Amino acid sequence: MPNPPAEPMLPRPYRVLKVGRETGDTFTLTLAAAAGGAGFSFAPGQFNMLYAFGVGEAPISISGDPERPENLVHTVRAVGAVTRAICGLKKGEVLGVRGPYGAAWPVAAAAGQDVLVIAGGLGLAPLRPAVYHLLAHRPDYGNLELIYGARTPEDLLYRKELEGWRGRFDFRVHVTVDAARGEWRGNVGVVPNLISRARFDAANTLALICGPGVMMRFTVQELLGHGLKMENIYVSMERNMKCGLGLCGHCQLGPFFVCKDGPVFRYDLLKDWFLTREV
Amino acid sequence: METPESSLTTHPFFQGMTPRHLSMVGECASRVNFQAGQFLFREQEEAAQFYLINHGQVAVEVFRARRGPITLQTLGEGKALGWFWFDKPYHWHYDARALQLTRATALDVKALMYKCEQDYELGYALMKRYAQMLAVQFRVVAMQIADMYG
Amino acid sequence: MRQAPAYLGDEVVIEPQALQQLLEILHRQGYQLLGPTLRQGSLAYGPLSSIADFPQGWGDAQEGGVFRLRKLKDPVFFGYGVGQQSWKQFLYPPRHRLWQARREGNGFQVLPQEEDAAKFAFIGVHACDLEAMAVQDKVFLEGPFIDSLYRERRERAFILAVNCGHPCGTGFCASMGSGPRATRGFDLALTEILQGPRHYLVAALGTERGRQLIEQIPHQKAQPEELEAAARLLAQTARQMGRTLDTREIKALLYRNYENPRWDQVAARCLNCGNCTLVCPTCFCHTIEDTTDLTGTEAERWRRWDVCYTVDFTYLHGGGIRNTIRSRYRQWLTHKLATWIDQFGVSGCVGCGRCITWCPVAIDITEEVRAIRESELAAPPAAKEEGNGDA
Repeated sequence: MPNPPAEPMLPRPYRVLKVGRETGDTFTLTLAAAAGGAGFSFAPGQFNMLYAFGVGEAPISISGDPERPENLVHTVRAVGAVTRAICGLKKGEVLGVRGPYGAAWPVAAAAGQDVLVIAGGLGLAPLRPAVYHLLAHRPDYGNLELIYGARTPEDLLYRKELEGWRGRFDFRVHVTVDAARGEWRGNVGVVPNLISRARFDAANTLALICGPGVMMRFTVQELLGHGLKMENIYVSMERNMKCGLGLCGHCQLGPFFVCKDGPVFRYDLLKDWFLTREV
Repeated sequence: METPESSLTTHPFFQGMTPRHLSMVGECASRVNFQAGQFLFREQEEAAQFYLINHGQVAVEVFRARRGPITLQTLGEGKALGWFWFDKPYHWHYDARALQLTRATALDVKALMYKCEQDYELGYALMKRYAQMLAVQFRVVAMQIADMYG
Repeated sequence: MRQAPAYLGDEVVIEPQALQQLLEILHRQGYQLLGPTLRQGSLAYGPLSSIADFPQGWGDAQEGGVFRLRKLKDPVFFGYGVGQQSWKQFLYPPRHRLWQARREGNGFQVLPQEEDAAKFAFIGVHACDLEAMAVQDKVFLEGPFIDSLYRERRERAFILAVNCGHPCGTGFCASMGSGPRATRGFDLALTEILQGPRHYLVAALGTERGRQLIEQIPHQKAQPEELEAAARLLAQTARQMGRTLDTREIKALLYRNYENPRWDQVAARCLNCGNCTLVCPTCFCHTIEDTTDLTGTEAERWRRWDVCYTVDFTYLHGGGIRNTIRSRYRQWLTHKLATWIDQFGVSGCVGCGRCITWCPVAIDITEEVRAIRESELAAPPAAKEEGNGDA
């Protein structure tokens, strides 16, 4: 896995090439190093600390294609001072980047197996690099299924891309929303309910899950009910992070530092802590 | 002093059930009390009981990491609580917490289902009522979802 | 006095006046001398210029929520336990600027930082605090990322440890295996003995640096009876410690008791003030603050000690994770005594007793652990509570 360079608290300047709106409060930024160079190397599931000059930093998953490092892509939801400042940047402006940090989705280890990618809401952002990898190495995997749900159709990320993926013959995509107005012709219902529509050999399947805590909890239950093993289920957790280096203590989840032991965790190793409240 | 069986007779869920059937159900029943704030059951626990609320108020909640418990529904006197013992993996998917002092009759689900397997008439009498409760439940939940976007 | 050559692992005896020479030599070598002083009715580690700055003839009385200085009959230099602050304030300062930056065009330029030149001599380090440094070494020096400021200051620091001849009221170093005798990590370790008219210090040599220092001051090889006197004194101190903590399988004990009702009880008392984290010599949580000037052209990044008891410590958009005092107290105690072991291979607690002394409501970490252990004897934790437990 690639490691960030020395001087770990210094942000490197990255220039905004493009800002695209995904939903009402979510934007995708395409960035390139201000100093130029070989590109940003990362593994799917890793994150960066993004710095808005004078405002602060926020941990944001990397959402781009790991095999196209010339551009660094982040999907950011504007929910606080830092993320609002980041989403307010215009083309040509600069933000700071520290990273990549964290444990990655086990896409290489999944070779030879069926893979279920299950995302809820903004959770598709840290999973998209995994999807890119799986599709780029399609022959290495068995069945590939994406199950993605959001609150309403207006909250779906990467709409065009989802439609493109649905067009493939080697990748099944199931999308659902919790509720919708008249024009929506797709599924309405929760993500765990779509698992029974997916095709997979439970004994030989890896599941990668990211979304709100409740969604991940119920999805894991559903997968276990279908016969998946806990050591084949991976979840991505989030916590307040200040340093990203495992030093500030903020991101602790029981004995784990989410910034370095996670954010991707194998479910069997995390289970007791995952199910304990307020840790 | 009410016996578990006699509390079943007065509960709306069992309205119209024959005395013979009520007696069989009564054999699986016990009286339980919960203080305000006490949990009847928690998510992940084995779903082993079906509760008939005789007095009081219970909140069905889902715990969200940052927002804390969200109340999905409250159930009071005359209502029944517990529908997860039909669905694998047979454990609770939500929490249930007494909002005030609550008296309930708890039915041991394993014992009850065993009796139903032995006596299909009892089984049908229970399932008929149970299905109606679920139908109402679905209608209520559907309205809740629709209202969110009103 | 004969000048016998001193060897590592040896113990020598020095007279109290030699301490003054020792300080002078260290000062000439460019060390900033820091040690125990009296300040505002309490004990604080501050700058030393001579042995007159030591609280000679002073001791302390510590209990839950109480710290008092008291005058001793004996003119000893080191007759007290630990004060409010530990040495971590020097190695890992409460506020530290990481960098400055300036806007330039559409971007910004980060400005180079000055080298830190601090070279400290810590005089009078108790064994518990020495152990705390070893614990913080694991945090700051052995992870995937290293704190370079800590590393530089730590490597340069001269450590003159003092073995405790006076049991402290709230400490339990003996239980944690971190005292009262310092066993490693020091340049010199002194045990002060006052026997009738005789007042001397047994000095153990820990490093080459320490040996060279001893060579320059009057010293004698320690005689067997002097070593025995030191050993007896330390054994007595160990026996008389104010608290004990049963550490048997403590990680497993705490891991299976996250829903123990005891947490509700202590939460009803805890003020969430965070004193315990500030006085604890191993607590390392910090926050990163990004600031800017009024014009928005100059920015700075600071590192500041943080406290896991604050309501927003775990804040994410939408709310925090630990929203109750109960969960935050539980986090502090279980981190210190249990999850720390999984993270760093050692306990986070060195038994210095500060958290007990400086808690305004006298919450006692040893008592909390005892209560949890005892609650299991009353009712084994195997049976999961069905409909009885309130969390």
